[in-house]
Amino acid sequence: MAKIYSQDTSKHIKLNPKKETVDFLLNYSKALRVNCYKKMKFEALLN
Amino acid sequence: MKRKLIDDAVLVKNYINGDENALSILINRHQQKIYSFIYSKVFDRDITEDVFQDTFIKVIKTLKRGKYNEEGKFLPWVMRIAHNLVIDHFRRNSRMPKFDNSGEFSIFSVLSDSSLNAEKSIIKDQVESDVRRIIEELPEDQKQVLLMRMYQDMSFKEISERTGVSINTALGRMRYALINLRKVIDQHNIILTN
Repeated sequence: MAKIYSQDTSKHIKLNPKKETVDFLLNYSKALRVNCYKKMKFEALLN
Repeated sequence: MKRKLIDDAVLVKNYINGDENALSILINRHQQKIYSFIYSKVFDRDITEDVFQDTFIKVIKTLKRGKYNEEGKFLPWVMRIAHNLVIDHFRRNSRMPKFDNSGEFSIFSVLSDSSLNAEKSIIKDQVESDVRRIIEELPEDQKQVLLMRMYQDMSFKEISERTGVSINTALGRMRYALINLRKVIDQHNIILTN
């Protein structure tokens, strides 16, 4: 039987952001309001 | 049952119209690709986390401001933002290089904080007040020369002019002042080191 010297490289480490980072982004999105006045836009964080 | 996948373009549209859940789906759908992309460039989990967060903050702001116009190409657009932020990160770091202290040589073995801590500062004050008290014990002529030289930083020429004695006399008084100071310190076992 043929010897296989190469190592299995199919071990992919799945990289994902921390839950806190995603939660922060979702909360940030909920808190952010963009108000338009004439041609200007103002950002407001409603926290 | 196979769940029907909602298009990115639809989710983006829903998000712009106020559906916060759409953003959650978009992040969940693409987080691994974007995060891995950033990590493949910076090789640091903390920096990756920061760049990932900044990327989506930019995405959120752009979408909420109604400036998004690349319908149907959400992921490439986010990837481009991430890519630009990675470049920004490296530019910032090249301007302000970070010292890697992981090797055998530790930079902190040669660097020290020259400012005094609270304890050393108290000791310094005590030493200075002790010296002042000992100086007070010196004969008046020696004390005068020493104070002018050490505390007022005057030259011996200036001291001689001020006190009306020759430079040699001023030098001699200074010498005796120091000898007497050492004598008093030795006699009383006063420790004047910080």
